[in-house]
Amino acid sequence: MRNVLATRWGIIGVGAVIGILASLLQFWGNPANMGICVACFVRDITGAIGLHRAPVVQYLRPEIIGFVLGSFVAAFAFKEFKPRLGSAPIVRFVLGAFAMIGALIFLGCPWRAVLRLAGGDWNAILGILGLTVGIWIGTKFLSSGYNLGPSHKTYKAAGLVFPIIMAGLLVLMFFNPFVAGEAQSGVLFYSVEGPGSMHAPLVISIAIGLLIGFLAQKSRFCTMGAIRDLILFRQAHLFTGIVGLTVAAFLTNLMLKQFNPGFAGQSVAHTMHFWNFAGMILSGLAFTLAGGCPGRQLFLSGEGDGDAAIFVLGMVVGAAFAHNFGLASSGAGVTSGGIIALIIGFIVCLLIGFSMREGALGGV
Amino acid sequence: MENIVDARGFSCPQPVIMTLNKIKKAKKGDIIILVDTNTAKENVSRASQSKGWEVVEVLPEDNDYRITIRKG
Repeated sequence: MRNVLATRWGIIGVGAVIGILASLLQFWGNPANMGICVACFVRDITGAIGLHRAPVVQYLRPEIIGFVLGSFVAAFAFKEFKPRLGSAPIVRFVLGAFAMIGALIFLGCPWRAVLRLAGGDWNAILGILGLTVGIWIGTKFLSSGYNLGPSHKTYKAAGLVFPIIMAGLLVLMFFNPFVAGEAQSGVLFYSVEGPGSMHAPLVISIAIGLLIGFLAQKSRFCTMGAIRDLILFRQAHLFTGIVGLTVAAFLTNLMLKQFNPGFAGQSVAHTMHFWNFAGMILSGLAFTLAGGCPGRQLFLSGEGDGDAAIFVLGMVVGAAFAHNFGLASSGAGVTSGGIIALIIGFIVCLLIGFSMREGALGGV
Repeated sequence: MENIVDARGFSCPQPVIMTLNKIKKAKKGDIIILVDTNTAKENVSRASQSKGWEVVEVLPEDNDYRITIRKG
């Protein structure tokens, strides 16, 4: 059967749907220029379960759960659920952690970078440039033989683990629901102020998450892949998807009066151009070495890819460190700890890129 | 003599890189690529066509796919 969503117009359409829904999520309560931010939302989930205690960014974002479960449903329905694992999981874990740290220095993943652009936050331009440079460095490694080796097929149950964890989080939220004005409900933490306190109604968030998860699994939507394929293969297929997202989000923002152009005073953003740029170089490089943007890693986790799930768990741990160690930026700018972590991140990613290439092990 | 690329187990973009490397070496003839996900199948087909190779056949094999591409 022909996969309509993987055609040129399919991927543009999926990008546009994501862009429109992201703007609407902002209209319905999510933070400005953060209708969907995979990195920020995974960070919020990390806080909701108490792995970090930054009180302003704690909320069990249902969109993320929806991404994984929507992808799982699509993969299952179209016989694409293929449990697999074993491609250098510890390396993917570390890449996930540093990808998150880089993203939290910029204050956004590639998804939010383009949503910030579509909302008129020009700081995003520095982030997107950094992302492109990071991906470019990654493609140099890819074309000189870097790869993390093959995965192998595994038990169906092993592929179900991550979707079940996500479903479990949803159950946890059901039994520990948000109580207005309360910072804690049972075992879960809820922000009462700051970005974590801003969210669309749960039913809307989960429904949109499921829909995007479903569409993105079928269309293979990937923000990092968009730029990577353009550089590496001169192929614009995935790139048209991210253009569709940006244009649709921009037009929706115009209609909803959510477009506020400028550098200063943007929501959950800072104006330190160099660090916006550098943070996203680290993220872009880590995503490229791991083979997918944070959204794509969630969708892959849903279709049974255990290595992608490990990357996501690495992001959770990276987010915990970012806030427990004070590495994450705020509206006031970067922190000295963040700069040190950024340098360590670059060293680690470069070592991974240089050391894990064909022939280095003989067997891979 | 047939050229075979075994990209099973490799995730994106490795199957495409492996295919393009083989295309560079082979110049023309038949190349068989083994992949194990639909994503890899689509990506390899798309990349081969963009290099002027024809996707002659895509055969499901157990849980995998056997793609044959050709350039005369």
